[in-house]
Parts: sequence; C-alpha cells; structure tokens
Amino acid sequence: MENINNPILSVEGVELSFGANRVLKNISFDVQPGEIRAIIGPNGAGKTSMLNCMSGFYRPQKGQIMFAGQDVTKTPPHNIASLGMARTFQNIALYTGLSTLDNLMAARHIHMKQRSLASMLYWGTAQREEIEHREFVEEIIDFLEIEQIRKAVVGALPYGLRKRVELGRALALEPDLLLLDEPMAGMNAEEKEDMARFVLDIHERRGVTVVLIEHDMGLVMDISDRIVVIDFGEKIADGSPEEIKNDEKVIAAYLGQEE
Amino acid sequence: MAALRPAGDYDESYIRDMSFLRRPWMNWFTWGVVLIVLLLPFLEIWGLISSANPSYARYTWWMNILNRIAYTIVALQGLNILTGLTGQISLGQAAFMLVGGYISALAMTYWGLPIILTIPLAAVGTGAIGLLFGLPSLRVKGFYLAMATLAAQFIIPWLSRNLWKDYLGGTNGSIVAPVPTIFGYEFSGSTNMFIISFITLVITSVLFNNMIRTKLGRAFVSVRDNDLAAELLGVNLFSYKLKAFYLAAAFAGIAGALRAHTERGIGTEFNYTLDISVLFLGMLVIGGMGTNLGPFLGAIFVILLDEGAIILGETIAHAFPDQAGALQTSFRPIVFGVTLIIFLIFEPRGLAHRWYLFKAAWRLRPFAR
Repeated sequence: MENINNPILSVEGVELSFGANRVLKNISFDVQPGEIRAIIGPNGAGKTSMLNCMSGFYRPQKGQIMFAGQDVTKTPPHNIASLGMARTFQNIALYTGLSTLDNLMAARHIHMKQRSLASMLYWGTAQREEIEHREFVEEIIDFLEIEQIRKAVVGALPYGLRKRVELGRALALEPDLLLLDEPMAGMNAEEKEDMARFVLDIHERRGVTVVLIEHDMGLVMDISDRIVVIDFGEKIADGSPEEIKNDEKVIAAYLGQEE
Repeated sequence: MAALRPAGDYDESYIRDMSFLRRPWMNWFTWGVVLIVLLLPFLEIWGLISSANPSYARYTWWMNILNRIAYTIVALQGLNILTGLTGQISLGQAAFMLVGGYISALAMTYWGLPIILTIPLAAVGTGAIGLLFGLPSLRVKGFYLAMATLAAQFIIPWLSRNLWKDYLGGTNGSIVAPVPTIFGYEFSGSTNMFIISFITLVITSVLFNNMIRTKLGRAFVSVRDNDLAAELLGVNLFSYKLKAFYLAAAFAGIAGALRAHTERGIGTEFNYTLDISVLFLGMLVIGGMGTNLGPFLGAIFVILLDEGAIILGETIAHAFPDQAGALQTSFRPIVFGVTLIIFLIFEPRGLAHRWYLFKAAWRLRPFAR
C-alpha cells in the first residue's frame, strides 16, 4: 500500500451486461502488489463476474482492466496466464481424467519450451524439461500436503482435496497475482483453517498478490488487507476491514435497511 | 489409476517414475514379445514353413489377420489422439486412410520413392488434409463437429473419383499400389508386409506413449476435460485442436499406406467407407478411449471377433441353407453391433479399464476378487 500509484492490477469503469441484465455497473478499484484483496457481497452481486472479467474469461462492454501493462479485456484468454495471473474456480474446474500430478504439470504448460515433436520423441530435451518441472511441481505438492494423492485421478477425490489440488494447479503457473473464487466454500472449519493457512503462506512466502472472493466474513476480515464490496453490480464500499465493518451501506446490503 | 504396487517397489528417480516399463522385467518382457512377433514372418522367409507344410494355410491366414490388426491399431492410435485424448469426435478416419494410401502409392509409382520415405510422406500429406477438416473445431463441438468431419468422409472419396482421373483412377475407383522393396527385397504379401506394418506400429506406439506423458499429451487432455480452464491456464485451444487433427490424420495416413501396399491397390473400391470410420470408433470404445492399451485391445478383440463371426456365420449358413445368403451378409454386423451395445452398457470405459481393474485385483489377492 506504500506505492499506491503503481497497482499490480487496476479495474477502471468496467461495465458488463448479458442482454438487458446489467451485471457490473461502472466498477473501479485497484490491487496493490503484495496485498490480500477481498471481494465480498451478497449472493448474485456480481463478484464472480468481476473475477471472470479480471481473468479474461468474460469480455466487459466498457472499461479496462490493466495487468502487467496490458489490457486484459483485449488479450486472448490463453495469453493471460503467461502475464502472471492464475485463478481457481468456484465450481472446481480440474482436469478430471488426469492425476493430481498431471494436473499440476499441465499448469506448467506456459513455462515449458519443448515443441510438439520433441514431446513425441521424448528422450533428450523433453525428458530433461519434464524432470526440471517435475521438481518444481513436487515442491508445490509438498507445500500443499497432497503427497499421498499424487497419483490419484482427481475426479475421484473428495471435495476438499480437489479444492486444494486446484489451488496447487494455480500455483504451478508461478503467478504474480492469484485470483481465488470462494476457495473455502463448502468446507468444514478445519478444512477452512487449512486453506486459510495455505493462502497466507502463499502470500507471505511466495510474495503472491491474492484477490479473494469469500463468504465467510470472519475469515475475510482476518486475512485480507483491503476489501471491495459489491452489491447489485455496483461497488458500494472499498477499504480496510475496519472501515468495511462499520460502513453503513455494507451493513444495509447484508442486513437490510431500517425503515 | 492410482498405481497399486507390490510392497517395496519404489521409484528412485523421476526418470523411472515417468517410464512406462518401470521394471527391468517389464522391459525384457515387452521387447521380447515384440521380437517374437517380429520373427513370425521370418518363419516363411527363412523357409521354416512353406506351402508343403500342412499348417501353411492357417499360418498365412494368421499373418494376414496380424497385418490387418497392426495397421488398424495405427489408425486407432490416431483416432485415440483426437477422440480419446482431445475429446474431438471424428467420423473421417477411413477417408484419411484413403488419402494416405493414395499418397504412398503415387509417390512410389511416379517418383520411385522407397516405402521408408513414402510412409512419412503419407503421414505429412494426410496430416495437412486433416488440418483442413479440423478447422471447424474452433467453432463447433460434439455432435456438430461429428457432422463437420463427416464431410471428409464424403468429399474425399468423391474427389478421388472425380479429380485427376488419370492419376487417381477415376471411375475405376482404384489404382495399383506397387510392391514395396527395401534393398531389393520385395514385400509382396501380407506375411512380408507384416514386417513393415509391425515396425511402424512399434514406432507409432512409442510416439503415442511419449506423447501422453509429456506436455503435448497433457495439453490434449486438458482440452478434453475442461477447455475453459485449459484456455485460462495458457493452452491455445485452437492450436492444440488442430495439432490433434493433424496427428490423427497423419496416423490414418500411415495406416492407409500400409493397407494400400498390402492390398496392392488403393481407391474407393477397396472399402474406405463411413462404415469403416464408425467401426474404428466402435473399436476404440471397446478397447478403451484415451488409454494407450485401448487401440491394441480394441483392434485385436474386434478383428478376431469379426473373423470368428465369419466362421460362425458360415457354419450356421450350412445348418440353415434356406437363409444362407442373409446369414453370410448380415451376421458380422449383427455380432459387432451387439458387442458394441454390450460394451456401452456394461463397460463404457472399455477393455483397458477392465485390464486395470484386473491388475489391481491381482495385486490385492487374496483380498480382492
């Protein structure tokens, strides 16, 4: 928050609509390098749509989203990952037919230089590169404590573990910015704490900037540096957890307004 | 498949963990089988078996079947890349075989190239045609893509009859594919051709297995399993779909070249119809889509079943002479159809999956059935 004029990602006047349904209305905020930025809001407020715009999955009609010197809204989706952005999905989007290990290795795609022909010939370049990246992936597996499911097909894993594998896959991209869409949804208290610990570790040890959507208020207030609140597609508040807690508009959005 | 291994069997290096034949005995066993199968045609070449021998007829019959299985597996491996790994359906594999056969036959006839060069040429050329029919895959998926690839199955045979009639055979529907020679040795029949087909099969199998354990294969599977996530993780969908189409067609081209030189002719007369393309898909389902064993199990099972159905059909035709004609024409497709249905209901993941289950159960014996 020191170099306030040099955000890692800035959202400027984003408008998104599906037909007549205006999902995001003129939203602007920024993400500073090295912070944990939370996006909260009631159900259907447009949080995930916002994240989808930021990861290049949706194309907003207006506004721009600057990341690593490029307007994400105009970059082809497959080029965004190599800019240094990774995300997880609300409804886990793993490659269900692959093992945990292969899911993580698949995320090394953008860092691998082997050509398709080298892949097929294997011995030599491809093998060397595979091993090199395997070592990197093993570190992540170690970090997330998923060694025992390394070779298990992810389609058959329980929900909590799949969430963790998906986080691992995002990490394997070596991102500067990590977008997490409800990483703790549907988890019990213990799993949530594990996940929160991983997010904090990623943030502190790897220096990754995190943007997080989460419904568990206690958790959001605990771990995030700054919070954006969205309601009915509009930004209604932006600030530190303390400010958000006492913001009248936020209280009204969550608890309803007194007549 | 979480690998279930005997106690004490550990991988001590990533190289060993990534290898398919992890243990020395697997290596010996696999390459031993390869060598033994490769030696089968030499029984005749070295004169150990000849037409004077009472079992000669059976020997040639088996060599013919083995040769057919070999090039069918190559075609199936191509389809497996496209349908099994990348999840793009294709109904044009037989038409691409036709292209490959033509390229190889023409290159040998007019340019005098040896088969060692015409097969790669068939692969590259057919791949290029495959790219063309893969273009719709950017826009359409699933059923609609099947329709788009169906176009290949109709356009290519039509073109082969109506384009460059002097070279492609025109209304004859076929041209002669020359006998391949290597160092003056003529590969003139199924028995000889099996050497070439089998060596080719070994090479394509190695390529296929390498692919599924490296970047290329993972990118293909990520397109199949979750194309949206794959794109956000940096996989260029269009480029990888086209690569899959290219490889599928290239493998079909190789298979087509092998078949053309075995049958000594290539053209629509030689049955490269939609039936064959559908049969390939059926074989892949029966064998197990997206697995490296699938093409092998599917081709071996279905071709042997088909031959069995012919024999059984004739036996039944003898028993019921009134219906002999009907039995001889329709018994085979009925057997195949029923088998496919049984597999779709009871084992949609194919024989390969059965094999993995069996292996797991074997390792857990006596605690699992």
